[in-house]
Amino acid sequence: MSEADTKAASPPEEAKDERVRQISPLRKALVRPELGSICGVILVFVFFFLIARDSGMFSPEGIQNWTVVSAQFAIIAVGACLLMIAGEFDLSVGSMIGFSGIIIAMMSVTYEQPMWLSIIVAFAIAMGIGWLNGFLVIRTGLPSFIVTLAFLYILRGLTIFLARVTTNKTIIGGVRDAAEGDWLAAIFGGKILTGFFQWLADNGLIDKFVAGNRAGEPVVDGVPMLVVWAIGLIIFGHILLTRTRFGNWIFASGGDAQAARYSGVPVNRVKILMFMFTAFCATVFATCQVMEFGSAAADRGVLKEFEAIISVVIGGALLTGGYGSVIGAALGALIFGVVQQGLFFAGVESSLFRVFLGVILLLAVILNTYIRRSITGER
Amino acid sequence: MTATNRDKATAPVLELKSIHKAFGGVVAVEDFSLDLHAGEIVALVGDNGAGKSTLVKMISGVHAPTSGSISLDGEAVSFADASVARAHGIEVVYQDLALADQQPVYMNMFLGRETVRGPLKLLDRKAMMRETQALVDELDVRIPSAKAVIRDLSGGQRQGVAIARATHWAKKLILLDEPTAALGVAETAKVEDIVRTLRARNIAILIISHSLDQVFRLSDRICVLRRGVQIGVRETARTDKNEIVSMITGVG
Repeated sequence: MSEADTKAASPPEEAKDERVRQISPLRKALVRPELGSICGVILVFVFFFLIARDSGMFSPEGIQNWTVVSAQFAIIAVGACLLMIAGEFDLSVGSMIGFSGIIIAMMSVTYEQPMWLSIIVAFAIAMGIGWLNGFLVIRTGLPSFIVTLAFLYILRGLTIFLARVTTNKTIIGGVRDAAEGDWLAAIFGGKILTGFFQWLADNGLIDKFVAGNRAGEPVVDGVPMLVVWAIGLIIFGHILLTRTRFGNWIFASGGDAQAARYSGVPVNRVKILMFMFTAFCATVFATCQVMEFGSAAADRGVLKEFEAIISVVIGGALLTGGYGSVIGAALGALIFGVVQQGLFFAGVESSLFRVFLGVILLLAVILNTYIRRSITGER
Repeated sequence: MTATNRDKATAPVLELKSIHKAFGGVVAVEDFSLDLHAGEIVALVGDNGAGKSTLVKMISGVHAPTSGSISLDGEAVSFADASVARAHGIEVVYQDLALADQQPVYMNMFLGRETVRGPLKLLDRKAMMRETQALVDELDVRIPSAKAVIRDLSGGQRQGVAIARATHWAKKLILLDEPTAALGVAETAKVEDIVRTLRARNIAILIISHSLDQVFRLSDRICVLRRGVQIGVRETARTDKNEIVSMITGVG
């Protein structure tokens, strides 16, 4: 009797209430997290093409210049991106970069250990700290903002302390000599495809130096390992996130940890592993930088944690977790690198870099949020 | 058919015997016994704090009973945690649904148990979408598509997805903890239809509800709890609301 009543009442109600609607392909394209960063990339390239076309920004050396800077941002952005999608932050990334760099230089130069051992130890310690970050966040239930803010200070302080008690300096040089011929150091320093670039130069496709001690060598003599790492990490992060079960668990852990737990997702393990991956990325950055500069300094990596987070947010990720894209974060890093170096090429006062960055961050996030809302009708 | 086979066929899907649960000095459930058969809907009713949710959590493996036994298909089981109960074919639809908002329907359907293929164990999205679509069609859960994001769905649609997920994985038993508490009239009717579909598929269902109207519409039997004590079990067809209300409140 009452069953018949509800049955009779339901069809017209349903049509109104269930809001079954079709999603157009355009709408689907527009709600992708990468939207803001794709627009940003186009905008930034058009802008610099107009104002800095003749400055050499788009010559082979110019391209290498901003590619390397973008790759640096991308390496830490990939880690920060996966961690943010898993629902957590790591503010200790910048301090981790300084810390890992000093560990490598201290072990290899001051204590004359083999370079490969120094690098492995740096990775082990950094990832151990990443684990500790994650463990503390999970165990205490405190926001990762607070826990990793503590490590921002702890690690920076320890870095300066270690450098000063062992060498009485805050910069440790001589790494390049110590890395000479080391198999593991070659994976972080150096370049690949050098033969190809030599061939390009021999065929007049790129310029050669005409004077100085590098005369006859091509102006761009290979792809730096830093760029290879960035591309590798982007591909790894993207596939992990979008093509594997673990990637789905990352989304679920950040989107709704309780729901994920009820569904049998090992949320704690996912989050701790993402803290460790972020630490891994920071150490890749540190190692590449130490190899490139031939030295480590206690103040390296300052503000990198925020630059990583900005790249990720420009890339469309939600600060609250559960939503985002590695490709978006990589594009965010590209915007970052192009703006930083573009201002230099355009001859703009370099101190304005941070002003531009803040403005771009704001614009990208407003664009992301506004478009998403206007299309999905969210409030 | 041999005697043992017949026993197996008639053995209850779920058999709770003298279940007792205490949290420290507080007794949450006292001497609770209930049989649940395939294709049967039993409603668990009682006021707040009667021990209904504690009971569900014992069956789903979240809590272990202090004493007493839980049997599935006539075999005693003990669940170390929720995933073990799931492996035994028990699914729970929680009041707060346990869906990830930013994820599409098909990913929620397979969350924690994703379909993978190939040596690299990459996600088989197509297979998951196909299965999800077949499932929501079968249960008549009307959603835009299997790719729709949970955030874009209405309360009824979400509940439909949560129940469809439970249906997909449940081999024997589904526990519904106030599945329509947050829903409107039409959506509630929809969920009730789905529950009836499940009964027709020979799944045993234990439903907690505060709506006696709903309990009388859906259930075959009603089990009343009051302050941890099992007051009684009635066949729905042979009782009325007055009797159930007085059993719940202890008045009259």
